[in-house]
Amino acid sequence: MSEQPPISTPPHPYPGKLIIVEGIDGSGKSTQLLLLHKWLESKGHKVFFTEWNSSELVKDTTKRGKKNKSLTPTTFSLLHATDFASRLYHEILPPLKAGMLVLADRYMYTAFARDVVRGVSSEWVRKLYSFSIKPDMAFYFKVPIEVAISRLLGGTRGQFKYYEAGMDMNLSQDVTESFRTFQSRILAQYDKIVDEYQLITLDATKDIAKQQDAMRRLVDEALKDYKPKRGTHGRRSLFWRRFDVPKSE
Amino acid sequence: MGDAHYFGDGLTYLNPSDLKGKLIAIEGTDGVGRSTHIELLQEWLEVQGYGVITTGWTRSNLMSKTIEVAKEGNTIDRWSLSLLYATDFADRLEHEIIPALRSGFIVLADRYIYTAFARDFVRSNDRKWIRDVFGFALVPDLVCYLRIDVETLALRVIETKAMNYWESGMDLRLGNDLYDSFKKYQSLLIEEFDKMAVEFNFEVVDARKSLEDIQDELRSKIQQLLTEEGLARTAPVVEDAQL
Repeated sequence: MSEQPPISTPPHPYPGKLIIVEGIDGSGKSTQLLLLHKWLESKGHKVFFTEWNSSELVKDTTKRGKKNKSLTPTTFSLLHATDFASRLYHEILPPLKAGMLVLADRYMYTAFARDVVRGVSSEWVRKLYSFSIKPDMAFYFKVPIEVAISRLLGGTRGQFKYYEAGMDMNLSQDVTESFRTFQSRILAQYDKIVDEYQLITLDATKDIAKQQDAMRRLVDEALKDYKPKRGTHGRRSLFWRRFDVPKSE
Repeated sequence: MGDAHYFGDGLTYLNPSDLKGKLIAIEGTDGVGRSTHIELLQEWLEVQGYGVITTGWTRSNLMSKTIEVAKEGNTIDRWSLSLLYATDFADRLEHEIIPALRSGFIVLADRYIYTAFARDFVRSNDRKWIRDVFGFALVPDLVCYLRIDVETLALRVIETKAMNYWESGMDLRLGNDLYDSFKKYQSLLIEEFDKMAVEFNFEVVDARKSLEDIQDELRSKIQQLLTEEGLARTAPVVEDAQL
């Protein structure tokens, strides 16, 4: 544990490449990342995918905290940082060190936007994530709030979730209205973050295929000097195995 | 806490200025008898008529189970471990400590942020990040540090509850076996606690003394705080029969 990645400003020293997507719910970022994933694999790259709030370590805790509505802005933020730390260590760094491509659906910028809207200090949350590494490419899918709402309501989800709509902030009794206010504030934060961290903005109102073309062109260009590592084994999804140690009395 | 304030970047949505109670932290390494003394202090204060709540490291509703499970495995990294502690602390701060202080209780904390500072420092050699993370913590009115030397501690722990994986810092691979590792790990923690004692003005209590002597010292430090803050009770203090 003595080895420590540098703070977020300089590029990481590893042979792999880290590509991340950001945007509000309903921006279509996950769809675009999935299509990029397919394309990269079809080109023979070894690709690993990781998403926000998915670590074994705290996923269930976050779910429980959300369910009984006991999360405060600070515990909400810290749980997500814990999730991120655990994934960085177990899922992001190993494939990067091995020279693979890593795709991340949401990255620390999600916390910088969302947690700050919830009320934590923007300096604090940036310090919290200072152990993070800078992605090689960061895409921001920019979408007007009304487009996101109509996509989410017209789609398979049907209705908004409690925390997704920021219902914990008492913005409005109406879920859609609360979502609109909450996510609009997040959009405003993203606008600042795009400048601060030089995210690549893509117009998320365009056709899916058109957006994907634009994304692939940019990724192709960025990977020009990347030397892919070709392993002899198939797709890997696990880099660490957990051993149980007997609990001492 | 008339002059209550946050350690660093605080909870922007929560003004600490209306907190009337007192926050007292008892710090020290594993096996120095913190919980015994806290129990006795609570009794002593309640007999005098003070409202008291206690709060303990990793005992939050949100995180206690999660931390237990995480420690059963062996693949936890430095950041996640420290962030689990920070989440536990934040949950207790907002759901237990701050509400109690607002209602005028004395809060006795079994371990405080300094435990996290020491543990993270011996794993990373970096003091800045962990202190930034805990910026939202309230600075206690009083920190009593039960100080012990590692030789005495090792004997005591072997005699009472035996050494465990985490108390021995086995994740750091400091020694060949549990005993060597325990001693090296705990020495590093004590060294860091000693430095923080100066930096953050801990009241240092020699934990090698008898239970009664330690308890007396703790009571006099607390009494001094309560007197200074104009909270001393005028009614005669009932002697605790157990001591």
